[in-house]
Amino acid sequence: MELVNLFIKSAFIENMIFTFFLGMCSYLAVSKTVKTAVGLGAAVIFVLLVTVPVNYLLETYVLKEGALAWLGSEYADVDLSFLSFIMFIAVIASIVQLVEMLVEKFSPSLYGALGIFLPLIAVNCAILGASLFMQQKQFSNVGEATVYGVGSGFGWFLAIVLIAAIREKIKYSHIPAPLKGVGMAFILTGLMGLAFLGFLGFEL
Amino acid sequence: MSEEKKESLFSKKNRKLITDPLNKINPVTIQVLGICSALAVTVQMDNALIMAIAVTAVTTLGNVVISLMRNIIPSRIRIIVELVVVAFLVICVDQILKAYVYDVSKSLSVFVGLIITNCIIMGRLEAFALGNKPWESALDGIGNGFGYGLVLIVVAFFKEFFGSGALTIPGLGKLVLVPESFFDFGYMHNGLMLLPPSSLFIVAIYIWVQKSRNPELIGE
Repeated sequence: MELVNLFIKSAFIENMIFTFFLGMCSYLAVSKTVKTAVGLGAAVIFVLLVTVPVNYLLETYVLKEGALAWLGSEYADVDLSFLSFIMFIAVIASIVQLVEMLVEKFSPSLYGALGIFLPLIAVNCAILGASLFMQQKQFSNVGEATVYGVGSGFGWFLAIVLIAAIREKIKYSHIPAPLKGVGMAFILTGLMGLAFLGFLGFEL
Repeated sequence: MSEEKKESLFSKKNRKLITDPLNKINPVTIQVLGICSALAVTVQMDNALIMAIAVTAVTTLGNVVISLMRNIIPSRIRIIVELVVVAFLVICVDQILKAYVYDVSKSLSVFVGLIITNCIIMGRLEAFALGNKPWESALDGIGNGFGYGLVLIVVAFFKEFFGSGALTIPGLGKLVLVPESFFDFGYMHNGLMLLPPSSLFIVAIYIWVQKSRNPELIGE
């Protein structure tokens, strides 16, 4: 039950896009049609599912203050947390590369669908952001970290598919010319963000 | 250094590198890069200012470093090299912020680390530093950093002024700008301004105003 609550919390209440604005760049760039939005959203869920637990293990067994105690008592007070940015981004970049190669080998059709989006994901703020939030939240085991990763990814997926659906329809509306495209996408995201604020009241 | 040499350092073309990103090719509103942090750190003016300075520093230094190494980086692994350089600079910035402005560093939380994935920085490294000399790259970095900072400051001004009637400026503390007597006439703070979605509306209006004044920017 704890885990279900954590999933709902990370997907809706602390939605990556509407509460923290993480991953806005690709959110705005790739949300012109629903089809591509679904592809990118699925890729983000997939990458978060892998990177957050890996970074959690890295944080717990290597980077945190005292995390190296398993190597011997002389390492017990080593604090490598200042290295976390560079380690996290290195893990993310290499896992994205790895995932790309694996998907290409084992499922060419999925690769065809996700292919162009996978390299983009390495520099998506939502991925690094989820790892950094994971570090702040100090989860007690790797299961919680995984659920948090999948939940955030699902929230991001939901956001990009919703905005893509609206943008497909709004192409045919009369909008003031300077506001067309990006400007309108901002306003729409703001309105959806207001709606998502309604989830804040839930006690979980 | 002779007078002529100085002249060429700030030639018309070089000055354009700084002034263009402020308006015509603003990284945030026109190129739509680096939105994440631009929207999230703008509840208080001091956060916005410090973030703008941090991003400008990382963009400029990153541009210079990559530009110095541009001839020796194999193009296949350039993204990784860029990420490492940027991550190194961001770690430095993070440590400096923690040492000197701890409160701001706390309230920026993960967004200092997220400078690594700020698309402006990667975008400038890819598009400019890989093909230009260090001095031009430095100017380009400063220009884009300022363009980003300008949007941050505008958004933070509206959010903080209407949301809490004050402006927090580093070194001066919180300046209350709305006089008490206003409240007697029924003035109220706009609580919506402090919530995340309002920054989206402010940026949208910024884009609207900017594109109406420069119709050549409406091209999509």
